[in-house]
Amino acid sequence: MTPQDILNHLGERFQQYTLGSHAFRGDATVTIRREGLLDVARHLKEEPLLAFNVLMDITAVDYKTFDQVLFSRPSLTTPSPLPFFMTSKPVADETPWHRHAGEDQRFEVVYHFYSMPQRHRVRLKVAVTEDDATVPSLTPLWPGANWYEREVWDMFGIRFSGHPDLKRILMYEGFEGHPLRKDYPVNKRQPLIGPKN
Amino acid sequence: MGAVDLGKFGFFTSKLDAAIGWARKWSIFQYPFVTACCGMEYMATACSHYDVDRFGAGFPRFSPRQSDVLFVVGTISHKMAPVLRQVYDQMCDPKWTVAFGVCTCTGGFYDNYATVMGIDTVMPVDVYIPGCPPRPENVIDGLMKLQVKIERGEWAGATGVSQRPEELAVPHTPNAHLA
Repeated sequence: MTPQDILNHLGERFQQYTLGSHAFRGDATVTIRREGLLDVARHLKEEPLLAFNVLMDITAVDYKTFDQVLFSRPSLTTPSPLPFFMTSKPVADETPWHRHAGEDQRFEVVYHFYSMPQRHRVRLKVAVTEDDATVPSLTPLWPGANWYEREVWDMFGIRFSGHPDLKRILMYEGFEGHPLRKDYPVNKRQPLIGPKN
Repeated sequence: MGAVDLGKFGFFTSKLDAAIGWARKWSIFQYPFVTACCGMEYMATACSHYDVDRFGAGFPRFSPRQSDVLFVVGTISHKMAPVLRQVYDQMCDPKWTVAFGVCTCTGGFYDNYATVMGIDTVMPVDVYIPGCPPRPENVIDGLMKLQVKIERGEWAGATGVSQRPEELAVPHTPNAHLA
């Protein structure tokens, strides 16, 4: 199936869960509500037309500070006679940006699926609020989700309900906080031995 | 002594310390503690092309109890630091430490929650070999400097103080890029 076919298929079937979708340069992306994650995931795995039998990656995005910078200073101090706000900003490609989740939903958990029989891919995003940062675990469906979810918990502090052993995987015991959250202080250090900063 | 040439008699005199130092510097049993990409350059150095056996250092031991020199090759994270310290503590005196690569010298370009900003914050270091990664010539230069220290009988673990060179004394300012 082409990416657009996958989006149409999921959009028809799970209309009540879908927040939005787009396909850009061959990447199909669907954003869904958290309530529908298990249904959608099971359908992705068991529907023969889709047959997503590989869960390639789970990660998350923290949108806490997203889009809050009005203009960007030039990263290099170039010897330009003009002040920085008059020098032209580097223009990105005309990338369609879609953040389907609302402003109160701080996190998005991102899943990447691949289908070996059908040889197609899809990206699934689940919007999560800060107060209730919990997502149902996909470990029963794809056992490989186990460590990915532990990593997301470790780095972002998003819980996965139903996970068999949700504990830190990269950081050590006693580490406080979740380092990839945008409100983790950039200069906070928690060494086990040696000087404290 | 005057005109008498002792060499003719088939023996020589020396101080015991100097003799031991001379012997030690040509039999460096090294323990490579390889954690990251610098390991590839370490392997390039250790292979026959550069022939570290010239310096008696061609025989890595994979037990800290049998080794004299600890080569810390690659980035050390805060999670790994206690392990590294334990390996160092297990080595028998006298022991030397080489910080191989700029990550072990200063933290390198890492300045984040995970990385130790130079292993000399955790343990004494004798020789610093900066570079990302250092070229084999650089490593051999460091090895020769280490030989000088070994010959003199100096080791940083004796005092617990390591002398980080001025060039590597990077101030730890996490917000430098925001200024």
